[in-house]
Amino acid sequence: MRVRNQVPLPLAGGVRGGASHASPTARARHALPRPLPRAGGEVIAALLLCISPAFAQPVTPPAHYANVQLADPAKEASARALMETLRCLVCQGQSIADSDADMAADMRALVRERIELGEKPASIRDWLIARYGDYVTYDPPLSGLTWPLWLAPILLLGIGGWIARSSFRRRTR
Amino acid sequence: MIAEAGLAALWFAGALAALQLVMAAIGIARGREDVAAAVRPVAIVQGLLALLAMALLIELFLDSDMSVKLVVENSHSAKPWLYKFAGAWGNHEGSMLLWVTILGLAGGAVAIFERSLPERTLTATLGAQATIALGFYAFLLFSSNPFARLNPAAADGLGLNPLLQDPGLAFHPPTLYTGYVGLSVAFSFAVGALVTRDVGPAFAKAMRPWVLVAWIFLTLGITAGSYWAYYELGWGGWWFWDPVENASLMPWLAATALLHSVTVLATRDGLRAWTIMLAVVAFSMSMIGTFLVRSGILTSVHAFAVDPERGAFILALLAIYIGGALALFAARIGTVRAGTTFDPVSREGWLVANNLLLSVILGIVLIGTLYPIVAASFSVQLSVGPPFFNKAAGPIALLLVAVMAVGPLLRWRRDDAKAVLRRVMLPIGATLVAGIALLFVWPGVLPWAGLSLAAGLAVASVAPLWKRNLKRTPLFTYGMVIAHLGIAVSLAGMASDSAFTKETLVAVRAGEPARVGPYTVTLDGISPVIGENWSALEARLTATRGGSESILRPQLRFFANPPTSTNESAILTVLDGQLYTVLGQPDGQGRWQLRLWWKPFVTLIWFGGVLIALGGMLSLLGRVRRERRAAIRAEWA
Amino acid sequence: MKRFALWAPLAIFALLFAVVASGLFRPAEKVVRSAMVGKPLPDFALPAMVPGKPGLTSASFRQGKPRLLNVFASWCIPCIAEAPQLMRLKAMGVPIDAIAIRDTAPAISGFLRRNGDPYERIGSDRASQVQLALGSSGVPETFVIDGRGIVVKQIIGDIRPENVAEIVQAVKDAR
Repeated sequence: MRVRNQVPLPLAGGVRGGASHASPTARARHALPRPLPRAGGEVIAALLLCISPAFAQPVTPPAHYANVQLADPAKEASARALMETLRCLVCQGQSIADSDADMAADMRALVRERIELGEKPASIRDWLIARYGDYVTYDPPLSGLTWPLWLAPILLLGIGGWIARSSFRRRTR
Repeated sequence: MIAEAGLAALWFAGALAALQLVMAAIGIARGREDVAAAVRPVAIVQGLLALLAMALLIELFLDSDMSVKLVVENSHSAKPWLYKFAGAWGNHEGSMLLWVTILGLAGGAVAIFERSLPERTLTATLGAQATIALGFYAFLLFSSNPFARLNPAAADGLGLNPLLQDPGLAFHPPTLYTGYVGLSVAFSFAVGALVTRDVGPAFAKAMRPWVLVAWIFLTLGITAGSYWAYYELGWGGWWFWDPVENASLMPWLAATALLHSVTVLATRDGLRAWTIMLAVVAFSMSMIGTFLVRSGILTSVHAFAVDPERGAFILALLAIYIGGALALFAARIGTVRAGTTFDPVSREGWLVANNLLLSVILGIVLIGTLYPIVAASFSVQLSVGPPFFNKAAGPIALLLVAVMAVGPLLRWRRDDAKAVLRRVMLPIGATLVAGIALLFVWPGVLPWAGLSLAAGLAVASVAPLWKRNLKRTPLFTYGMVIAHLGIAVSLAGMASDSAFTKETLVAVRAGEPARVGPYTVTLDGISPVIGENWSALEARLTATRGGSESILRPQLRFFANPPTSTNESAILTVLDGQLYTVLGQPDGQGRWQLRLWWKPFVTLIWFGGVLIALGGMLSLLGRVRRERRAAIRAEWA
Repeated sequence: MKRFALWAPLAIFALLFAVVASGLFRPAEKVVRSAMVGKPLPDFALPAMVPGKPGLTSASFRQGKPRLLNVFASWCIPCIAEAPQLMRLKAMGVPIDAIAIRDTAPAISGFLRRNGDPYERIGSDRASQVQLALGSSGVPETFVIDGRGIVVKQIIGDIRPENVAEIVQAVKDAR
């Protein structure tokens, strides 16, 4: 469920740390006119895209594996599972699997290339954590700081069980 | 003029809330029944004034009055009227006004319709409602004024974010808020009961319909929001454990537990402390959610862009309301705690288990959502997302499904374990059959468990209807059956989507086919399309399956105010799933990117949600009807 | 239930409140810092971006002298704002190399013509692979690398006039 409230304006949302750092965002995209199958459509599309707003966006096509699946379905499934746990660093709370941002596309390409070469997902994740810290993964690694988080479900069940027992203590027989 | 009238209406409503509080306090403390009796009409007028303020704000948006700051920041004269109307609450100030309006109307509704509560408790309840309203009126008037003027007036506005320009904006926030803020009634009832020490079956019977109404709207609001995000965001996801999503799930979990607890209190006079505590927790979660969404403290696609000062204001309100209610609970609950007792193997016992598991899930979601803030205080940046929530809450949710299946088959007070085992044979059988059948398609551990348990729950939820005269079965029993069935249906949809979805990403030219699941999708061509305030490139896709053929038209849409582009997905819904198509970027060599998904049985997720709400409605109708008949019989006796 | 258990919910709420209140007023860390600061520069070899200027390899950062590594692009607006500061740094004798992210030769040539060229070498990082290897999450960013190839400092965002002095100091300290 998503509470639909105002999503900050695309360019504003993509600029972090004040106005001094521009990153391609999840929302802002710029489709460039490219030749269409039919000549008439070419002209219209080009006109349309001239009317459409131009952003400060890279003009090169995305890396190959950003939007192309791996040939082996098992490898693709493994890559996709990993992508869904990696955070897009320039978005406001999305995984790289769900993002239109260029950096997310590049990270997807990185993941797929490495899985294709046979690297294990855990090692790719560790590589990214070594670069960006724990922030880049949605699966917080168990550490001194996160053990209360992972222990919480068991702890809560325990407390719940204790409360339940005291609810029943005055048993009628 | 309209803006000033709206602001005046808001001030008057705030003043009436203060008056309502003072009158309620005098009425109870001094035993002045005449003063207490006047609280009802004051509450009604307060609600109506808030509604007037909201209506005037909507009028300003419909008029595209560019001398009002909020309209300039969030609207544009070229927008379709529906998005001018709904855009009134598509921003922080407007949605906060909607929040407060529903709070006032809820109080007014209690004042009009609540006839079975003792007068003194009702006065205390309306007093509590006024206290909450007062804080949030102050928040609106002093730090989030929706009627602020812009001088000189702007030529035109900045427009509404295109992702919000969708019919969902007209439906989702009001429905969700009615649920969310409607829980304030339960909170006020609980506080009122603690103040007057009146916690018993009569109180629970009075509170139950209010809880049901809020819960039904909350269920529908969450379901609608999930579906809206699913088709709008263009990646086929329907839940991300995003902080704002969690902010709406947490009140729902508490409200579901409350719903069950209040029935035990109403029919068996048990679980007094649980019921009061859950009523306080449910609305507390609503308020905490409101805070999280608007304070900027957590990153989310759905959060409002607000500053920490406003967050601090809400946080202060939270401290007063939640802290106050919890302190009142601790001080007073000891004197109202006597209730009947029960065996562990009994319906009450398993309802306690139900409450506990729901509370544990609530705790996990809360801790997971807040943990990045804890980490930040140690200067560590952390992300907690689906991998954590699915691993931590998933198994407990499945355990809850098992409890949900067995619970309704138990007798009240005390039951015999062997007899129960006999009764659950068929559901267990269904689970085993499903489990074994699924081994052949191995969908992964959690989906396998989910689907098998869904089968068992589906059989178990219908079980109370066996060997019963269906015409004489009470309506609220049907409600329970359908609501639990809805959970099974929804769970089956979730498991199926996560296990069996097929994804195809291709770059194709016109005429080149792509395969996804049972479908072959061919791009026929791209053509330009003009809309009311957008222009788009539309792809014409032909999807064939067996002998049938369908046309889908996903779009890449460009808006001018504000300048953005969005993906409009095209979805084909058939009996056994959905074909989800999205148009991507051209690759520069005449090929177009297409994202295609085949999602078997995914619609069951939201269909299940609607069933749950329907079950709630039948329950509500059944209870109201029974109370009315009992009241008539009492009058005649 | 014991007395303490009744007050436990309030105590838990107070704890939650403290955690959240402290988080509210701490300046939120809105940028993702690289975790490579203090670690050796990862190995890379990037082709030349524009004719006439050599490409960039990690080996060139292990020559004994500290250097700046600037991550930029022609489509990046704040990069235009920091160009004068980079020219100043070059004039003060600080060697600067660059990586151009997702860019094309004509666009970069145009950018350098318009805004000045402080770079000795420019590598072309078409797929942002080196940017990811560095732990950089946007443009512009600048890294101070010491003579042994260790990343000493990361500056996120465009270099403002007031930052120039501290960068010069960092370069001096890195010797």
